[in-house]
Amino acid sequence: MDQVAALVIQLAYGVANLALISLGLAIIFGMMRVINLAHGEFLMLGGYTVVVATNNGVNLWIAMLILAPLVVGVIGVVVERLLIRWLYGRMVDTLLATWGLSLLLIGIVTSIFGASTATTVSVPIGVIRIGEYSVSGYDLFLIGVTLGLLGAVYAVLKLTKLGLVARGTMQNAEMASALGVSTSRIYMITFGLGAAVTGLAGGLLAPVTGVLPTIGATYIAKAFITVISGGASILAGTAAGSVLLGLVNGIFSFLTGPTFGEVALLLAAIVLLRLMPRGITGRFFRKSL
Amino acid sequence: MKLTRRSFVAGASAIALAAPATIGRAQDGKIKFVSILDQSGGLDIYGAPMVETTKMAIDDINAAGGLNGREVELILYDAQSNIQLYTQYATQAAAGDRADTVHAGITSASREAIRPTFARFNTLYFYNTQYEGGVCDFNNFNTGSTPAQTVAKVVPYVMNKWGKKVYIVAADYNYGQITAQWMQKFVKDNGGETLGVEFFPLDVTNFGPTIQKIQGAKPDLVISALVGGAHVSFYKQYAAAGMNKEIPIASTTFGVGNEQTLISPEEGEGLIAAYSYFEAVDNPVNKAFLERLTARLGPGRPTMNELSVRSYEGAMLWAEAVKAAGTADRAAVIEALRAPQSYTGPSGVVTIDPQTNHAVQNVYIAEVKNQKFEILESFSDQPPADTQLVCDLNANPNQNTFLFENGLEAAGIKL
Amino acid sequence: MGGSLRELRPTLVWALIGVIFTLFAPSVLQLFTIINLTTAIALAVLALSLALVWGYGGILCFGQVAFFGLGAYAYTIGAINFGGSTWAILVAVMVASAFAAALGYFIFYGRVSDVYLGVITLTVTLILYSLIRRTSGPEYKIGNALLGGFNGVSSPPLNAPWDARAILFPEQVFYVAMAALIILYVFVGWLVTTHFGRVCVAIRENETRAELLGYDTRLYKLGIFTIGAGVAAIGGVLFCNGVGRVTPDVFSLYNAALTIIWVIVGGRGTLIGPIGATFGLFYLTASLGGQSVFNNNLVLGIILILFVLLVPKGVAPTLIDWTRRRSRPAGRERRRRRARPEGGA
Repeated sequence: MDQVAALVIQLAYGVANLALISLGLAIIFGMMRVINLAHGEFLMLGGYTVVVATNNGVNLWIAMLILAPLVVGVIGVVVERLLIRWLYGRMVDTLLATWGLSLLLIGIVTSIFGASTATTVSVPIGVIRIGEYSVSGYDLFLIGVTLGLLGAVYAVLKLTKLGLVARGTMQNAEMASALGVSTSRIYMITFGLGAAVTGLAGGLLAPVTGVLPTIGATYIAKAFITVISGGASILAGTAAGSVLLGLVNGIFSFLTGPTFGEVALLLAAIVLLRLMPRGITGRFFRKSL
Repeated sequence: MKLTRRSFVAGASAIALAAPATIGRAQDGKIKFVSILDQSGGLDIYGAPMVETTKMAIDDINAAGGLNGREVELILYDAQSNIQLYTQYATQAAAGDRADTVHAGITSASREAIRPTFARFNTLYFYNTQYEGGVCDFNNFNTGSTPAQTVAKVVPYVMNKWGKKVYIVAADYNYGQITAQWMQKFVKDNGGETLGVEFFPLDVTNFGPTIQKIQGAKPDLVISALVGGAHVSFYKQYAAAGMNKEIPIASTTFGVGNEQTLISPEEGEGLIAAYSYFEAVDNPVNKAFLERLTARLGPGRPTMNELSVRSYEGAMLWAEAVKAAGTADRAAVIEALRAPQSYTGPSGVVTIDPQTNHAVQNVYIAEVKNQKFEILESFSDQPPADTQLVCDLNANPNQNTFLFENGLEAAGIKL
Repeated sequence: MGGSLRELRPTLVWALIGVIFTLFAPSVLQLFTIINLTTAIALAVLALSLALVWGYGGILCFGQVAFFGLGAYAYTIGAINFGGSTWAILVAVMVASAFAAALGYFIFYGRVSDVYLGVITLTVTLILYSLIRRTSGPEYKIGNALLGGFNGVSSPPLNAPWDARAILFPEQVFYVAMAALIILYVFVGWLVTTHFGRVCVAIRENETRAELLGYDTRLYKLGIFTIGAGVAAIGGVLFCNGVGRVTPDVFSLYNAALTIIWVIVGGRGTLIGPIGATFGLFYLTASLGGQSVFNNNLVLGIILILFVLLVPKGVAPTLIDWTRRRSRPAGRERRRRRARPEGGA
């Protein structure tokens, strides 16, 4: 029984983890049709923000929850103004541009901080005991934050004027533009927002993962596959994709070991896209966000 | 037919290269020392400090007047964590630069990719990295530590200290697989029991399911051969689940990427590792070395570990052999190295073992205290006993093989 | 059937330039350059295959390296087991094509397209990457060939056809590689001028319209996909000869993305563009490794970003536009309305 409870938490954490690393990518891809290959580096920048800030005496919570999204969000806006805005409607060219960006960001961080940076960040929440098993309280915290983040993005899109305009732009940019919406501004805000969410995710993961300039590469493929499997809608897609793939990965990792966990995740994505060529939300929950 | 690929290609290229070779390796002018390491990409946490110490070694050699009156020229290539570039630069170093020696490679994959090139072009090759053992190559000197030197010492030490039931986690590639086999063997030899062995692809960052399995298995200790940046997450998540206070960890890979600084002091506290070098090694050579390094690179210099210090010592071993031979000529230098050549460096005395072209070296067991290693026990002059089981270059010098490609079967070890 | 000679003329001109280069290179360039060029040529063949599949077939295959890598592994395992390379090459092409045919059937008959297709092919590549890396134990063996996991397998060199003892020198492998590249380039250049090739281009431009005209678009896509995989497999065979080893890295995300980048940089809808871009970027990464002033990622990143902003169409189409504009400035408007140059180069 204890083991089952611990396992359930572990699976939930796996799902939340996947959703967390994918959400920012889903926002940028879903709203703007830009495939951001520098997504992994945005996560890395979030992590680096936390490491550098805490090394300079900033409180860990402030670094994770405020500085990381702020710094990466600003970087996102700068990148959008300097690079991405020239490439709207050229989805494939954004592949090349963001690939270049990803190399550039790794290069800049390595040049400034060296190949690795010492850190003193450790997990800020204690252990929760379940009989003979113990799980990290921080895992539960991350599950909660992920749910909160999904809720917040939902609220912004559904309840605010900005969200309405953004959804309108996403559905028909020309019409939105004709109605007096500055689509360029909307794109800038969306990209910044996506980057900020990614930065927050990177910051939140900093206490439980290694933070190195090259660490982004370990996330990008998984995030990308989750987003596409989820389909076009940002929230329902990310949630559905993470639940399905996260569960498959967790269960197979537990049963057979991590390699086949990874392979099972990838196979599930293929079968899913074959059955639903437009992702989960291309078939179900089509009206959702 | 007795015409093997190697002899054929070697013979053929010897003809093709005969003329330029004699012109290129003229005795006047600079001696060429080529280094191929990963200064960028995922392996740069290992490669970047190795490049710094290699530069320092060549500067030291030249500051002392060069070798036999000739200056040593360092040519650096950045393989960018890419095997294909290793082969390219190896070819360029051997056939283009006509290097007198090449010190190259971090992963075993890179070493195996370039070793044939150096054999083909008769270029003296040094591999200064800790690895799984088993290379038997007359032209190739492997100065890093091997499992019989480190695993054999640390396993009994921690079993005495913590208990007999062991859980092994390792990186899922040849180094991890073979090291895990050695670990299982030494656990068994010391009367212990291996409760589980688990392998992780190099890009896994979520270790939750495994940590639970470890909780379920209830071992006395965990031994890790995890490698690379992503695997640092294991130690963090292990601590987050409160496990570091319950089941201690020993490792033969924790520290060469300076992992102790990538996790917080509380998370790493008490972790035990074994290598042929730690910064805490207490001898005057090491003290002076570290002081000069700090003067060179500033107080933010990378922490030294076996890989970076052995890169320095490997270059110095070669330099001593060139001096002893009186020439940088390959055959003479190999003979001098196998005489055998010794060098007293920061890690202590390192001596070439002529049977295997590996190094007899000191091994230290150390414990992490506040992001630094403190030495618990030292063992001097440890031979590369694993490779000695399968390789005898004295009896059969004409060899060029990696014998543990198949695992430990080659050594007659069954698990 | 088949395109007229006039249409093929640019292709043949480039092929001739290639032949001349092949004949003179060994006497001008140093030995190590010749040996290393084999690797670049292998990658150029890979770029050529994606230029066909994506540039002409409109199939954004993010996993072209899967066929390239399968070709390399099949060749290596075959050559170790057969003790010679002749059959191994055939096996390599067949394994990769068969795999592509099965995957293509799965994809095209499931009506997967657009970015979703890209993701499926990428995912398949990553599965191969994970699986082949898992094979480092001694139990993973095909015939006499150990798969070797992360470390990979060392590849036997090519030999003269049907004569396993006549192993080729590195210089001779260079000739073989150049010959393969030129022949495949002409073959693909010819293929896109055939009826089959034109239908594929029509499908790329407007799939629904092509379907309404009575073409089974799924079949055509499957065809060009499979042929592309066979070409990529030959690239794989040359690659493991150039490197001397095949490792799971061939299936990595980095290489998958790099292949796409060669085609974007060279220009979609041309064949010589991606080939040229491959050589250019190969030279660039190789020469960057020899300097240690700047971080290599930094330099490469800046170059790629500037490239996207300044040369948005890719090198070859930009050059073609530029030369045409210079030669006949009056007819600019009329040509602008035309689609991409078809048999251009």
